[in-house]
Amino acid sequence: MRLPDKTTTLEEAVSGIADGAVVMVGGFGVPGTPFTLIQELVRQGQRGLTLIKNDANEAGMGVDHLLAAGQVDRLITTHIGLNAHAIAMMNAGEIEVEFCAQGILAERIRAGGAGLAAILTDIAADTELAAHKQRIEIDGKRFVVETALRADVALIHANSADPFGNLDYVATARNFNPLMAMAAKRVIVEAERLQPFGGLAADDVHTPGPFIDCVVELGDLSKEYAVVRR
Amino acid sequence: MVARAAAEIAPGMVVNLGIGLPTKVVNYLDADFPVCLHTENGLSGIGPTLPVERADRNLIDAGGAYVSTVPGSAFFDSAVSFALVRSGRLDLTMLGAFEVSQSGDLANWKIPGKFSPGAGGGIELAQKARRVVVLTTHTDRAGNPKLKADCTLPVTARGCVSRIFTDLAVIDVTPEGFALRERAEGVSAAEIIEATGAPLALPAGDTPTF
Repeated sequence: MRLPDKTTTLEEAVSGIADGAVVMVGGFGVPGTPFTLIQELVRQGQRGLTLIKNDANEAGMGVDHLLAAGQVDRLITTHIGLNAHAIAMMNAGEIEVEFCAQGILAERIRAGGAGLAAILTDIAADTELAAHKQRIEIDGKRFVVETALRADVALIHANSADPFGNLDYVATARNFNPLMAMAAKRVIVEAERLQPFGGLAADDVHTPGPFIDCVVELGDLSKEYAVVRR
Repeated sequence: MVARAAAEIAPGMVVNLGIGLPTKVVNYLDADFPVCLHTENGLSGIGPTLPVERADRNLIDAGGAYVSTVPGSAFFDSAVSFALVRSGRLDLTMLGAFEVSQSGDLANWKIPGKFSPGAGGGIELAQKARRVVVLTTHTDRAGNPKLKADCTLPVTARGCVSRIFTDLAVIDVTPEGFALRERAEGVSAAEIIEATGAPLALPAGDTPTF
């Protein structure tokens, strides 16, 4: 008995994404952003996408290429303050932006990955973010209903992967990646290193392989992965 | 002002320093001072900020600055990071502000029609840290008070702010409204009252300076 091999090419992995897809993208700033998968999605040109990502990277980087190419209709996010281009597109009505409190975005995704319908929280209850959301009373307190998020596709950046899709992450590149890796119908991973089976110790696996559909090994990293000189 | 705010951090605390002015507080903490700094992108035990030449491309704080670890640091995902915040494990957060009201409401995420970057993790920090203090200039660039009777901008969280450190003063939010605790060296109580957009209670006797 052996575990299945899910390694594939970049082109093949991304070609499974359809126009109009809901796409989760890992990363918080540069760390953990799957720049190579994003560039391939730009090259293939699928349109009408809904993106779910913590931030909008910076102008000229990462998901900003998708915004600039007009491939994105809607963005569900927590903070786009480092990308003036994304703010301008939002203000001009060229993309629709839904803001969510950061930890609540994480929990909505985690709930989606865990097969739950929604979570209940008091976070942002007094703010305009929750103004039109359903409320439920429990033990005399009213909570906001935050619906679970699932996607058609998740784009994940891992430090290393084995062919089955067992993953580990490094440092602050973990962020939303392990949550999104559980919450999509089709989960595509780019890994800086492809390990042989057994190359990742079972105790050191951050995301277990059964969640993963495709593994793409990265060659030399593009400049987008490097330290940003501001 | 930043040095004065740093004195707010007690030994043993878990602390989150928000983007902007609060981040500078780290420069006033001694290397052997026992404190755990948390950043919401998934690190407890932040070490000194690094110049780009020595930066690790995978190691940033929530504001995008390149940071380091200390012996005993831990990395975790975004759900764990905010579980720590919402479950009350954060003793203190220091946040920036556009406006603070006399009842402790905080507005720091949206200026409608001008600047709407989103709140990031700010709502949960403001709502769930055990103590929330604000570091801000006393007035905005046009000279208008940031401390007001009521917030006019969309709020981040209501009734959350305990204390405000500004370039002019240290002010507490009390059940009766703003109360002056300390004034900056060379700044008179009258100047502070003039720059504050709501009633300010003065201490009996002399006001300490910082």
